[in-house]
Amino acid sequence: MNVEIKISHALKKYGDNVIIPDLSVDIRKGEFFTLLGPSGCGKTTLLRMIAGFNSIEGGDFYFNEKRINDLDPSKRNIGMVFQNYAIFPHLTVKKNVAFGLQNRKMAKEEIEARTEEFLTMMKIQEYKDRLPERLSGGQQQRVALARALAIEPDVLLMDEPLSNLDAKLRVEMREAIKEIQNSLGITTVYVTHDQEEAMAVSDRIAVMSEGVIQQIGTPKALYQRPGNLFVATFIGRTNVLEEEICETDGQKGILFAGGYRLPMPNLTDEAEAGSQVKVSVRPEEFVIVDSGEEGIDGTVEYSTFLGLNTHYIVKLHSGERVEIIQESRIDDILEKGSNIRLRVKAEKINVFSSDGSKALVR
Amino acid sequence: MRMKKKADMWMGVSIAILLIYGLFMMYPLFRMLAQSIFDNKTGEVTLRYFRQFFEDNYYLSTLFNSFKVSICATALTLLFGVPLAYIYNLYEIKGRNFLQIMIILCSMSAPFIGAYSWVLLLGRAGLITKLMKVLFGIKMPSIYGFGGILLVLSTKLFPLVFLYVSGALKNVDNSLLEASANMGCKGVKRFFKVVIPLCMPSIMAAGLMVFMRSLADFGTPLMIGEGYRTFPVEIYKQYVGEAGTNYNFAAAISVVAVVITAVIFLIQKYASNRFSFTMNALHPIERKKPKKVAGILMHLYCYGMVALSIMPQVYLIYCSFRNTSKTGNMFKEGYSLMSYQQVFETMGDAIFNTIRICGGALIIIVIMAILISYLVVRRRNLVNGIIDTLSMVPYIIPGSVIGIALVMGFGKEPLALTGTAWIIIIAMCIRRMPYTIRSSVAILQQIPMTVEEASASLGSSKFQTFYKVTVPMMFNGVIAGAIMSWVTLITELSSSIILYSSQTITLNLGVYIMVQRGTDGKACAVSTILTLFTVLSLLLFMRVSKDKEIAL
Repeated sequence: MNVEIKISHALKKYGDNVIIPDLSVDIRKGEFFTLLGPSGCGKTTLLRMIAGFNSIEGGDFYFNEKRINDLDPSKRNIGMVFQNYAIFPHLTVKKNVAFGLQNRKMAKEEIEARTEEFLTMMKIQEYKDRLPERLSGGQQQRVALARALAIEPDVLLMDEPLSNLDAKLRVEMREAIKEIQNSLGITTVYVTHDQEEAMAVSDRIAVMSEGVIQQIGTPKALYQRPGNLFVATFIGRTNVLEEEICETDGQKGILFAGGYRLPMPNLTDEAEAGSQVKVSVRPEEFVIVDSGEEGIDGTVEYSTFLGLNTHYIVKLHSGERVEIIQESRIDDILEKGSNIRLRVKAEKINVFSSDGSKALVR
Repeated sequence: MRMKKKADMWMGVSIAILLIYGLFMMYPLFRMLAQSIFDNKTGEVTLRYFRQFFEDNYYLSTLFNSFKVSICATALTLLFGVPLAYIYNLYEIKGRNFLQIMIILCSMSAPFIGAYSWVLLLGRAGLITKLMKVLFGIKMPSIYGFGGILLVLSTKLFPLVFLYVSGALKNVDNSLLEASANMGCKGVKRFFKVVIPLCMPSIMAAGLMVFMRSLADFGTPLMIGEGYRTFPVEIYKQYVGEAGTNYNFAAAISVVAVVITAVIFLIQKYASNRFSFTMNALHPIERKKPKKVAGILMHLYCYGMVALSIMPQVYLIYCSFRNTSKTGNMFKEGYSLMSYQQVFETMGDAIFNTIRICGGALIIIVIMAILISYLVVRRRNLVNGIIDTLSMVPYIIPGSVIGIALVMGFGKEPLALTGTAWIIIIAMCIRRMPYTIRSSVAILQQIPMTVEEASASLGSSKFQTFYKVTVPMMFNGVIAGAIMSWVTLITELSSSIILYSSQTITLNLGVYIMVQRGTDGKACAVSTILTLFTVLSLLLFMRVSKDKEIAL
């Protein structure tokens, strides 16, 4: 039942309003694939094109070798979990789960058995005769998932399934989802705007913005080596500094305002000496050093103690403000107004062209 | 949103509904329009009938009278209904539920039965009139004419204002009131500066509703208008022809009526669009316990309003159990069930007819409303847009006009339906459908589209989805709406009075006929049976409808 989804040159527009101009992506067999992006980026639109609820204005959608562009949603054999669950309020939990099976003209006993199986798997067996309105949000979510999985779909589509749950349940449910997806090995496309959630569940993530996929990669790759400035700022927190490429003794590096030169052996050839670049330094990639050493000077504006870490907002002498995260120390927190000197972890930071579109590190 | 190419089942449904509207609604209306502008003998286009209407003060005054009565009734119902809703929703009133049921009941009785019961109390031979004369020698002012119509319409229609404004107040968040109090705006000041503006869209909608109903009301002026002629009655009189039938002229007045109501409808629509905003109460208003004196006054006001509009009916029920003379024209000493006995002997058909005709209409209305609301909400396209517009047309057509149009459309072969039950069913469907469609549309809009998509993703075809998912989810709401429709159908008079024949007399018409014959005992008995029907329907509604909201 495993299916590979191939989308080439997808086009979506409402009237003259183009939502997705030209999008191609391959989703591998059994993969947990997430579409991540801010609201309005077209991720749900794309998901609904795969499901068949949105028309497709151009391009080709394939499940394995089968083109599905004109296939009715009811014939695509997809399991879909909706943001608001879309559980049938007039049917009991059990009937909700059996709904899809009944449409397949299966034998009664088989429907019964399959329904039981998925009720048990989702741990909602005890509520099977209840009406959905008497279930909590998490339980409704489980019903929705059981119902989608019961028909043994080729593809599981999930549209922000956790956004209506509270924070604790969200973590619990995302683990449940990941576990079940793993054990069934079903190709899954998941839509969310929550990057932490995406990182927690996904094999690969496609970061979308304005209908365009900015980067596809594993959570680790997206975080550590973002393909452009948008991805760097969207995934996790980061400080963006405008600096210049310099070259000393044939070694390229970054010249920070204030004169600190940082050698960067992993810069690509496109980084030409003297050109302006955007440097993305995540808060944890700053290191506070002794005033004797070389570095960037700044003044602590304020600090927030959060237990494990302490966050500092530092105004650099160049005028830029940055956020720094340090592991909390046993001695005193740096006072407001104290002058400090900073360095960055050269192997971790990222450098982009001045328009932010291109990564300049390998 | 959907696959465009396949012409599916729904396209067929759209076309069928369009044809039905075309044949049963638009065709008669066009016939009517034609009647009003073509000379019968010469066949030429003429504005003679319109000129006759506008040049003759006699006719023009009916128009003026109608407006006067409607504007006054609207003002009075707002004046009394809005404070009632305010008190009911902001303060603890003892017997809330009882009070609400009573208020709803007031609004649901047939208007002309209300008028009739007032006649029994305050008419020339009315109970109070006689009592006042005997006890105090006071001559009561006449109930017949403008004052009487206004009294009946106001006591009958203020519940509409109450229900609309209560609905709006339920959506007002308590924090709005708290914020207002916090900024020093309380009590009466808050009522005018905060509460009224928040409810303005509903107040305007209620005002329009009252105005339209008063303008189109036929039973009340017929019963107690006497010399005070309003134009729905004039249409009827021109039609039945006290001085020879004049279809053309009746048609011309009808066209004038439709144009006027259409203009008012559009003005209101424009105005309410400018006022509209959405509210959603996270924290509904907390009802406060009123202070002692104020509390007593509030209770007096609420129960006084209800008593005023329900007492006449109670008296009418009382009368139905009194003995009458053999002919039934006079009440006599003592009590018995003889009026009921006479009714069942002579009017058994009427009960059967009521169930047959109103039931038939109801079934058609419900099926059509479900289909049309689905098309309008879920399948927006040109054809369904036209259907949507067509379905709103009856809003602006008074019942007597629909009656006349149907006679003109279906009086002759090949579609001779006059005199049959079908023509009344058609009239009822046309009159009631817009309301049921609107409430079904509202229900369907609340059902998220994703539920149907979920069904499709689980392998259901479009039709399966419709009858296995959409219809069951709508059902409760639609049934609740249907019960409300049923109540208005059994009390419908203005078009059925034009369309009925001896074979199709319903209970409601029966009351009218009994009153005309002067057999008060039987009239009271039939009215009581109708009231019983209404009360039972209301109780059924309360059971079916979960939130106990009345959708009118």
